[in-house]
Amino acid sequence: MSDQALHRTLGMTDEEYDRVVEILGREPNDAELAVYSVMWSEHCSYKSSRVHLKRFPTEAPWVVVGPGEGAGVVDLGDGWLAAVRIESHNHPSFVEPYQGAATGVGGILRDVFSMGARPIALFDQIRFGDLEDPRNRYLFSGVVSGIAGYGNAVGVPTVGGDVEFDDSYSGNPLVNVMCLGIMREEQLTTGRAGEEGNLAVLLGASTGRDGIGGASVLASASFEEDDTAKRPSVQVGDPFEEKKLIEACLELYDRNLVVGIQDLGAAGLACAASETAGRAKLGIDVRLDAVPTREPGMTPGEILVSESQERMLAIVSPEDLDEVLRVAKKWEIEAAAVGTIKGGGLMRASHAGRVVAEMPAASLSDDAPIYERPLTEPAGTAGVWEATPELAAAPDVVEALLSLLETPELGDKSWIYSQYDHMLFTNTVVGPGHDGALLRIKETNKALAASTDGDGRRCALDPRRGAARLVYEAALNVAVTGARPLAAVDNLNFGNPERPEVMWQFSETVDGISAACEALGIPVVGGNVSFYNETDGRGINPTPVVGVIGLADPMPLRPPRLDRASAGMELWLFGVTDPTDFAASSYATYILDEHRGRPGTADPTAGAAAVAAAQRVAHGAAVVHDISSGGLGVALAEICIASGVGASIDVADWRMVFSESPHRFLVAVTPEDRRSIRFDPATPIDAARIGRFGGDDLRLGDFGTVAVIDLARAWRSAIPRYMGV
Amino acid sequence: MRIRVEIDRRPGLSDPQGTTVHRALRNLGYDEVEAVHFGKSIVLEIDGDDADTAVARVREMCERLLANPVMEDFIILVEDGS
Amino acid sequence: MRAAVVVFPGTNCEHDVVHALRSLGADADLVWHRDTSLDGADGVVLPGGFAHGDYLRTGAIARFSPVMSPVREFAEAGKPVVGICNGFQILCEAGLLPGGLVANRDLRFICRMVSVRVESNTSVLTKAAEPGRVLHLPLNSYEGNYTAAPDVRDGLAGHVQLRYCGPTGEVAPAWNPNGSLDGIAAVSNPAGNVAGLMPHPERAVDDLLGSSDGIVLLESFIASMIPARV
Repeated sequence: MSDQALHRTLGMTDEEYDRVVEILGREPNDAELAVYSVMWSEHCSYKSSRVHLKRFPTEAPWVVVGPGEGAGVVDLGDGWLAAVRIESHNHPSFVEPYQGAATGVGGILRDVFSMGARPIALFDQIRFGDLEDPRNRYLFSGVVSGIAGYGNAVGVPTVGGDVEFDDSYSGNPLVNVMCLGIMREEQLTTGRAGEEGNLAVLLGASTGRDGIGGASVLASASFEEDDTAKRPSVQVGDPFEEKKLIEACLELYDRNLVVGIQDLGAAGLACAASETAGRAKLGIDVRLDAVPTREPGMTPGEILVSESQERMLAIVSPEDLDEVLRVAKKWEIEAAAVGTIKGGGLMRASHAGRVVAEMPAASLSDDAPIYERPLTEPAGTAGVWEATPELAAAPDVVEALLSLLETPELGDKSWIYSQYDHMLFTNTVVGPGHDGALLRIKETNKALAASTDGDGRRCALDPRRGAARLVYEAALNVAVTGARPLAAVDNLNFGNPERPEVMWQFSETVDGISAACEALGIPVVGGNVSFYNETDGRGINPTPVVGVIGLADPMPLRPPRLDRASAGMELWLFGVTDPTDFAASSYATYILDEHRGRPGTADPTAGAAAVAAAQRVAHGAAVVHDISSGGLGVALAEICIASGVGASIDVADWRMVFSESPHRFLVAVTPEDRRSIRFDPATPIDAARIGRFGGDDLRLGDFGTVAVIDLARAWRSAIPRYMGV
Repeated sequence: MRIRVEIDRRPGLSDPQGTTVHRALRNLGYDEVEAVHFGKSIVLEIDGDDADTAVARVREMCERLLANPVMEDFIILVEDGS
Repeated sequence: MRAAVVVFPGTNCEHDVVHALRSLGADADLVWHRDTSLDGADGVVLPGGFAHGDYLRTGAIARFSPVMSPVREFAEAGKPVVGICNGFQILCEAGLLPGGLVANRDLRFICRMVSVRVESNTSVLTKAAEPGRVLHLPLNSYEGNYTAAPDVRDGLAGHVQLRYCGPTGEVAPAWNPNGSLDGIAAVSNPAGNVAGLMPHPERAVDDLLGSSDGIVLLESFIASMIPARV
């Protein structure tokens, strides 16, 4: 009966336990049970989401590695590859915001350099409750410091991201991080085991009692009393150790000294060893005595499933071992041969001459349960969709624009990104504060573009439409840098999957993303699912975050930037504005305090045309800027503030200023360069000259005029008025 | 009176600073050093002469602000009770 | 002429410095911190980053690295040594430059463009720059707040090379990004052959990235590497 109690404490159902017994042909011991419980957890096995994730389009001629490995890899041409991965660290960031965010950054970097790539850029997508609440300010400040503290010190620039503030995140902040890496094609490495006799070498930090999952529960189960000091719930990141680990691994790849490599994440050594061996249909013997430990008296089970940070498992031919150890010594990291690849398919862990765990390696991933959980559309959805935001009364347009600009969500984000080193590596041609980042690839004419977007409020009203629009928005944000979108990654942050309404939201989201990716011809090359984001039974807004990467080849000679508008330039609006698309808009949320209606649907033809047009226009115009949150009014104000120039536009209907209908962007261009934005009949899109830049004021038709310095003042105060300067 | 608060990382949590400084000391030949742990020391100059009250208040300060209970332990030392 | 760009574990700007120096026509190679020789280099750059994680104090552990012995001899022989950001911190810890660097006034990392005014052209960093000229350079640091003990301050006169300033060159507390003593952004030793600065000139050699004002500083260094004719 005690075993029965333990598996439930570890979060396993009785059916899952029975399945373990069936696989092993006997009852598992505590260490084995801990390994299965973590490997079969939602986090590692995707058991609730897998049946849905299969619907994503994942293939294209330029996809080198799709979902399932450490990171997705796409071909950039001329022997260059890019690796991309996105991941969440929501729960740890709530427990300890600095370390939670920091270790999130560390984990995603390891995923990317485990593919052979040098990590070149980070993007953070962070969500908090209202900053009026001091607890939310503490979490916001801690998370930003954690990302800065780790990212800056490990030496990878953070060049973009997005942030949202909404009550639904008050008890449950979201911290997602995307990482981009780059490599030559011969450096591509995966988690291969190679052949029998190869050695598994543990690289990096020593192993301690870190771990939030099975490791900590196991620790508490093995001690008579609940000695909390024995089970730290917080993992501490060490960016210095990670920096050394990155350089050591890159040297190992360069010198062709590893057969395969995998990082240690959830379930630590057990997961890395079993996956590496399992994929090759081989087995592995792990010698736990050989693992360098940080603390005395660790049990074999603890060593096996410890989630200590900054560790990698490299598979090495025996004749290369000495050289691998020399490289590790040079970079001052621990290295120990802890295992041997064997035939037979078993992962066998031994300690003090005794076998302490023995299980079929592949069973940990291949035999994990898969659930097709029930789906139900939330009651009242139709009613919410019918009730559109009330737009009868014309507001004071200038007043409304100023109010929107001083919300932390729409205002200046430099309080956040000036804490991140976004210039390191001297590749950041377009950086934070813009729609998408553009990173040059030195020694080539190419540049890599990327953008990440999320919108929990729109997805709460209609997850399918909301999610699809995110894909179009991220793709357009990449296109305005002059790049062609190549691939997408997604981070799906949801509530409790055992609630049918949450699973419905999830399923709708997957369909929305799939349809948009199909229409744009961009495959999904990786993703992450974070369920159980709820506190006291209240779930977060369904929050998919979509990252899109693209390639500009060649890079525009003068890539568009928000600060390049000047007096005399023309202002063009590309795309069609639906004056009624206000559901979940910033105007409805912040000015009307309305949270109902059905967001407008994405239009595959218009969406693809906008992406194609923006990409073309970016090679001639001074500014190309996506219209999203806050509509045309906020987008134009951002250009005026960044460029320090006024503008005057013709607008007859005030709703055109704040509508958030998709597939639209603004262009600033000199009259002489207008020719360069000529139209392509293959991808027709409406475009109209709606105004001109000049003077010190922004004039919005007959609805009012406001000085650009007043816009700037409101916009700059948005975050500092809560957080200090 | 002067009250010193010593704040240490809770046992079992990794201590990157300690590990790095330990390695540096070994590189300088101090092989007898078995471990290095980093902490913080904060001195509070308190107006008042009732040590018990002061310690109770400082304990509260530690729990609320000075230490992070998720990661740190603290001890309170009264340095000067006059 | 060839520069040695020193790499400590945790250094991260070494490739940017090499790229910038090469783009300006100089040769540059990486030198590992355990090396005990500079291999005949004509100049030394200690680049930015987080040497040894910046644990204990910035630069505190790095100054004991084996490579620092030849760097010290090189400096004492009057040859050009420049420390950028973390490299500046290491030169201060090593006693090759006066003063030291502490956490920014607002206790936050600062990553943005700043303006600095050339105060003097008496160092290997500034010899090609005209005093009074305003340069726009990226500042990227957490511990960039320059400070010096009162007895050291008097000796700084004439050796301050760059000060933080406004866009047109005015030096005032409002333009001081991190609380540095007298707005100091760069200092040299009395001989002028060792200099350190907090902003990153190697990140400002291409207008595509926002500024090319770092070129004059790197060209000063490159010119200093040309051995004097006898």
